[in-house]
Amino acid sequence: MIVLWTDALIFLLVATLFIFSVLLRNKAHLQRPLQKIACSKTAMISLLVLVFFVLIGLLDSVHFKSNENRTHEIISVLDYWAKPLRNNTEKTYSAPFSAYLYSKETLALPDGSQQWGFPRLKFGGSHLQNPDAELLSDVLEKALSGFCKGVGLVILWVVLLACIFKGRDKNLFKNTTLKAVLAVFLLLFSISYMLVDLSSYYHVLGTDKVGEDVFYQAIKSIRTGLVIGSLTTMIMLPLAITFGIMAGFFRGWVDDIIQYIYTTLNSIPGVLLIAASILMVQVYMANHAEDFNSLIVRSDMRLLFLCLILGVTSWTGLCRMLRAETLKLREMEYVQAAQALGVKRTVILLRHILPNVMHIVLISVVLDFSALVLAEAVLSYINIGVDPTTYSWGNMINGARLEMARDPVVWWSLLASFVFMFSLVLAANLFADSVRNAFDPRRTEEAG
Amino acid sequence: MHKPLLQVQGLSVAFKDERVVDDISFDVYPAETFALVGESGSGKSITALSVLRLLPSNAKVSATGIKLQNQNLLSIPEIDFCKIRGRRIGFIFQDPMSSLNPVMTIGEQIAEVIQIHFNASTAESKKAVYRLLQQVEIPEPERRIKEYPHQLSGGQRQRVMIAIALAGKPDLLIADEPTTALDVTIQAQILALLKSIQAQTGMALWLISHDLALVSNMADRIAVMQQGKIVETNTTRGFFNQAQHPYSLKLLAALPAMQSCKGKVVKTAIEPSSLLQVEGFKVYYPVRKGFFKRIVNYVRAVDGVSFKLEAGKTLALVGESGCGKTTLGKGLLNLIPHTAGSVLLNNIELTALTGDALRQMRSKIQIIFQDPFAAMNPRMLVGEIIEEGIKALHPDIGVEQRQQRVAHLLQQVELPPAVALRYPHEFSGGQRQRICIARALAVAPELIVCDEPTSALDVSVQAQIIALLKNLQQQQGISYLFITHDLAVVAEIADEVAVMYQGKIVEQGGVEQVLLQPQHPYTRKLVEAVPVIDVG
Repeated sequence: MIVLWTDALIFLLVATLFIFSVLLRNKAHLQRPLQKIACSKTAMISLLVLVFFVLIGLLDSVHFKSNENRTHEIISVLDYWAKPLRNNTEKTYSAPFSAYLYSKETLALPDGSQQWGFPRLKFGGSHLQNPDAELLSDVLEKALSGFCKGVGLVILWVVLLACIFKGRDKNLFKNTTLKAVLAVFLLLFSISYMLVDLSSYYHVLGTDKVGEDVFYQAIKSIRTGLVIGSLTTMIMLPLAITFGIMAGFFRGWVDDIIQYIYTTLNSIPGVLLIAASILMVQVYMANHAEDFNSLIVRSDMRLLFLCLILGVTSWTGLCRMLRAETLKLREMEYVQAAQALGVKRTVILLRHILPNVMHIVLISVVLDFSALVLAEAVLSYINIGVDPTTYSWGNMINGARLEMARDPVVWWSLLASFVFMFSLVLAANLFADSVRNAFDPRRTEEAG
Repeated sequence: MHKPLLQVQGLSVAFKDERVVDDISFDVYPAETFALVGESGSGKSITALSVLRLLPSNAKVSATGIKLQNQNLLSIPEIDFCKIRGRRIGFIFQDPMSSLNPVMTIGEQIAEVIQIHFNASTAESKKAVYRLLQQVEIPEPERRIKEYPHQLSGGQRQRVMIAIALAGKPDLLIADEPTTALDVTIQAQILALLKSIQAQTGMALWLISHDLALVSNMADRIAVMQQGKIVETNTTRGFFNQAQHPYSLKLLAALPAMQSCKGKVVKTAIEPSSLLQVEGFKVYYPVRKGFFKRIVNYVRAVDGVSFKLEAGKTLALVGESGCGKTTLGKGLLNLIPHTAGSVLLNNIELTALTGDALRQMRSKIQIIFQDPFAAMNPRMLVGEIIEEGIKALHPDIGVEQRQQRVAHLLQQVELPPAVALRYPHEFSGGQRQRICIARALAVAPELIVCDEPTSALDVSVQAQIIALLKNLQQQQGISYLFITHDLAVVAEIADEVAVMYQGKIVEQGGVEQVLLQPQHPYTRKLVEAVPVIDVG
C-alpha cells in the first residue's frame, strides 16, 4: 500500500469529520436540526448522491503497487476493479455504444482487397457478429438485464434490512423520506450496475483521442474534483475565519494589518500566482527526480500544490464578508451583555461571534466548493491546472474543446464531464441549502 | 347618524392555518377619528393592510363586505385599486425612516403622488407640494423641498409622510402607530398637526395605536382588538368611564400613569450609604476631518454628569432620544470608553480598574437592554445564556450547582425551569426580557442599569416586568439606574429622577417633585407633552 500526500489529507479529513460527529452526537441542541435534515427529502437525496461520489473518491484514494505486467505502477482500488475499462483502449475516437471507430482507415478485407471505411473496434462490441443488425437489441438486452440485476440486489437488501429492523420500529417504512431515499438509491444503484455491466462489452461513453474509455476518465475525475473542492476549502477556511473575525472584532491595528494583507493579495492576479507556484513545483520535482520517480507521485504533488495555492488566493472574499458581519455582531447587545458579565474576549469570539457567522461560512464553503471544481476546468485550459496526466473534468473538457470544430462533432467527452460535474455540484448545493435552513434558528418557521 | 365612510364586515385574514384577524366588523364615519387599539400581534396593522390590499400574497383574506362610500372594495380589480390607494385612502406608516425613499428629494416624493392622481403639470404640482409642506408646518418649505430624507429629523420626516398621504386629498387617512418611533415632545406636535388637518379638511382618521392615553386625546370612538377579534367598540368617553369587556379593563388597569407617584412613600434606607457616586462623567466622540484625520471637534454625548444613587433605590434617567442617556449607562459599565470623570461603586474607583480586577468588579454592576430580541445570542440555549456570567466569574462552581442556580434564577423571574433547554426565539418579548433579567441576576449584582427595558413591550407585559423588577428590589435590595423616555413608567418605579438634555443633567430630585412640580423649562415641556387620559 502506498499513501500519496492527497490520500493522507483526505483520510485525515474523513477522520476529523468522524471524530467531530462522535463528539457532537450527544449534544441536545444539535439533535433538532439534525432531525430536520433527516426529515428533508431534498437533503437526504442529495446526501445520498454526495455519499455515492465520496465513496468512489475514497476507493480511488487507496493506492498500492500493482504487480500486473510487472510494471509496478501505482494503482488504486478503483483502478484494480475497473481493470477492463482501464486496459481496453482503442486506437482513437469512438462514439458511445459503437462497434466502429470514428475515423476511416484503409481496411484489409478477407478476400485480400482493400477498402476505405470504418474499422471495427478492438473491444467495444467485439462479441457481435454483425453489429449493424445486432447492436441495438444487444445493448437493450444487456441494459435491461443489468438494470434488473441491480433492482433485484437492492430489493434483496431492503427485505433483509426490513427483517432485521422490523422488530424495532414498525412505522419505519411508512416514512416518506425513507421511501424517497430508497427509490433514489434503487435508481442510482441499478443504473450504476447497468453501466458497469454494459461497460465490459461496450464503451458506454465512447473513447477519446488516444482511445481511452471516457466513462473511466469521468469516474477517475471524481476524486480530483473532490480533492480540489475539499482540500482547498480546508486550507482556505482557517485563514478566512481567523483573520476575518479578528479584524472585525479587535478593530484598530489588527484590522489595519489584516486588511492590508488581503488587499495586497487581492491585487495580485490569481492566475499569475498559480502559474508561478506550479512552475516552482515542477522545477523542484525536476531537481529531486529521485523522490518523484513515478508519474502518479508527480501529478499528485502538483494537485496538492494547486489546492494549496488556490486556498491561499481564495480566502480573501470570505474573510472580507466575515469581517463585515463581525463588525455588525460586535455591536449586538448580547455581545455587550457578555462583556458586562466579565466574559473574556477570546471566549466571546468563540461563543458569540463564531457560531453566528457559521451560516456565512457554510454557504460560501459550498459555493466555493462548486466554484473550485469549475475553476479547475478553467485552469486546466491554460495548462496551469492539474497535471495533464491526471484525470480531471477540466482536462476532459480541455481535450474535447479541441474537437468541437470537427465534423461530425465529438460530443461525448464534453457531455460526460458536464453531467458528472453538474450532478456533484448540484447535490452539494442542495445539501448545503438544507443544512443552512436547519441550522439557522431564524429560518426555522420557513423551513417547516 | 349619517352613513359610514368605510364599512368593514366579517373580515378575516389567515396566514397558513393561523387566523390573525377573525371575523371583525366596524364602521368609520366621515370626519370622525376612529381608533383601533390593541397590543402587538393583535392583528390591528394587518386589518388596515388588508383593507388596502397590501398584504403579502400568502395571506388569505375573506370578508362579507368592505365598502368605501357604497363602493364595494372587494370587487374592484387590482388595476383600479391604485386609484383608491393614495387617492381615496391615505396611509401613514410607523417608521418614517424606512418609508421614505432615501435617493429622492422630499419634493419629488410628494409630487409623485400628485402627478399620478391628478395629472398635474410640473409647475402645478410644485405649487401643490409647497402648499402641502406649509400645511404640515415644515419650516422653510422652499429650502426643504430640495432636501433628501436623511437631512430631516424624525419628526420632520413624519410630517413629510403626512404630506404625501394628504397629497391625494383622501377621504380617509389611516395612521398606523404614527408616533411610536418619535420622541414624546414631537409626538405631541404630530398629533396636534393631525387634529388640525382633520379639522381643516374634514377627512376621517383611522388611528391604529397601542397607546390608550394617546387615543383618549384623539379618538371619537375606540375599538379594542385582542387576538384578531374586536372585543369592544365604544365611544371614547364611554370606554374610559365604563369599559365592559374584561380585556379592556385589564388594559386600563395596566396603564401606568404619571399621577401614580403622588404621595409615594419614600423608602428610607436603613443606613444611608451611597452605592454609586458619579462625578463629572464625560463621553466625547472625536470628529475627525482632513487628510491626517485630525480631531477637529468632539461630539459631547455625555458632558459632565454627576449624581449619587443609594443602595436599594431606583434612579430614573429621563430624556429624549439622542440626549446621551444610553451612552451614559454603557459608559458606566465600561462598555463604551469614557473621556473623563470618576465612578465610585462602594467606594471603589471603577475607572481606574483594568484587566482581571475590572472583570471581577463587573459582577457588581449589570445591564438589561431595550430590545430583548437582540440581547441574546440566538444560537445558545437559555440555560447557557444565564449561566454564562457564572462560568466567566466563578469558574470554580461545579456543573450541578450551576444548573441548580439557573433553575433558581428562572424561578425568581417566574419562568418554569424547563425553559433552560430552549432557544431564545421560542419566547415572547416579555419572556425574553425575564430571561435577560435572570442573566443579569446570575452574578448577584448590586446595581442594574436598565436601558429602556420596557419600551419594546406591550402595556400589560410592561406592567408585569415593572412589578417583577420592584419585587426583586424588595427581596434583594438591588439598586436600579433606570433609563427611559416614558415618564409614566418613571412614576411607577423610580425613587429619584434625573432629567438629561443634550448630555447634561438639567434637573434632579425626588420623583414626586420632578414630575409634579417641574422647575426646568425642558422638564416642564417633557411633562406637558405626555398624553394623559382626559375625557371630560
